[in-house]
Amino acid sequence: MAEPLLKIEHLTKKFENNIVLDDISFDVAQGEVIVVVGASGCGKSTLLRCINALEPIQGGSIKLHGEEIVYGSKNLAKMRQQIGMVFQSYDLFPHKNVIDNILLAPMKVQKRKKSEVREEAMELLRRVGLDDKAESYPRQLSGGQKQRVAIVRALCMHPVMLLFDEVTAALDPEMVREVLDVMLSLAKQGRTMIIVTHEMQFARAIADRILFIDKGKIVEDTDPDTFFEHPASDRAKQFLNIFNFERSK
Amino acid sequence: MPDLGLDVLFKGKNMLRLLGGLWVAVKISIISVALSIPLGILLGIVMTWKNPIIKAVTRVYLEFIRIMPQLVLLFIVFFGTTRTLGWDVSGELASVIVFTAWGTAEMGDLVRGALISIPKHQYESSAALALSPAQTYFYIIIPQTVRRLIPLSINLITRMVKTTSLILMIGVVEVLKVAQQIIEANRMTSPNAAFGVYLVVLIMYFLICWPISMLARYLEKKWR
Repeated sequence: MAEPLLKIEHLTKKFENNIVLDDISFDVAQGEVIVVVGASGCGKSTLLRCINALEPIQGGSIKLHGEEIVYGSKNLAKMRQQIGMVFQSYDLFPHKNVIDNILLAPMKVQKRKKSEVREEAMELLRRVGLDDKAESYPRQLSGGQKQRVAIVRALCMHPVMLLFDEVTAALDPEMVREVLDVMLSLAKQGRTMIIVTHEMQFARAIADRILFIDKGKIVEDTDPDTFFEHPASDRAKQFLNIFNFERSK
Repeated sequence: MPDLGLDVLFKGKNMLRLLGGLWVAVKISIISVALSIPLGILLGIVMTWKNPIIKAVTRVYLEFIRIMPQLVLLFIVFFGTTRTLGWDVSGELASVIVFTAWGTAEMGDLVRGALISIPKHQYESSAALALSPAQTYFYIIIPQTVRRLIPLSINLITRMVKTTSLILMIGVVEVLKVAQQIIEANRMTSPNAAFGVYLVVLIMYFLICWPISMLARYLEKKWR
């Protein structure tokens, strides 16, 4: 078996004395789409934040291509360039228009030529249907449009892996679809992704593997059909029941 | 129409002298503002640090400068230092020192307030794009801070311009002092000049401060 792209071993994360992630270990292979599900506050968002070293960890290791990602270390900029991340909240820079939001990091961090990045950015914007919004400011866009721009912004850094932290949680229902469609097409292109979401049907459609986290531990790590049809643990059964409704009449 | 004594302004070089006085006030304002803005930005950044000693020191500085009337500060720097430290500080230099100290404190507090109002995820999404902390400040945080600061700091600038009217008390011949001199010199021939001359001074202050306010409003609209 090939070397995994991302290898997490015995990851432990505490906020003061509160254990948020407890001895988490899993691998992500090249091209794999992992969906992390679990109740609010189970630590799934924190897991993504640790992978990108936005949070210090208290134990274990996170390795990308065999190289460790360490909070506050010197090679962090190099590691983060390989990991694209999109957040729940609208994280575009409000003082820059769409194209400048996208061009900033490739030009300033990777020192790439403006004309080259711009061409790539416009092509990606066209693919997500926003090439006519290149000069717009974030405040002129809908929530779904902003999230699609945030995805393009992450892609322009040529990351080897993408992290999505509840990117549709703050959106109106009719805008959720347009964002999820972009993510589905990325999965089809063979991108490696770790997705935290509450959209269960989407999770089932896109995932190669589902990680179910409860109280900071991985309770299930399995394929989506098994997880949704025959969950092994009681906690997973309870969790999935939240999404089922009995007829009331 | 009552006699406002405006005629004295057209005697000799009175109008030119008045404008010269205005220039002194404006010059001191410009230098002080030009020093206060970068220093205030630095102070504001430092004030957001979590170090308790730095917090305490900057807090004391801010409170001290704010509580003290500007006139007392001017007296301390101009008269106080001469005797105790033997410094020969000119009135204009003393004014620049006091206005810069004051402007830096006020500006620092405005910058601190603007900085902490930037949402945390602006820092995080910048970090996630692999920008260094310095790049994050330079490209993301400071530009947004500046946009929030513009209306507030313009207000501070106009306050500084207006407060230069105090520096006549330490012997700087600025516009108000020149106005007094003109009025005094023409007391016999034009006893009503006080009203007219001070009115012109008022208009001069207005003409300086009004465009600054207009600029603030323009920038606010442009960057909203």
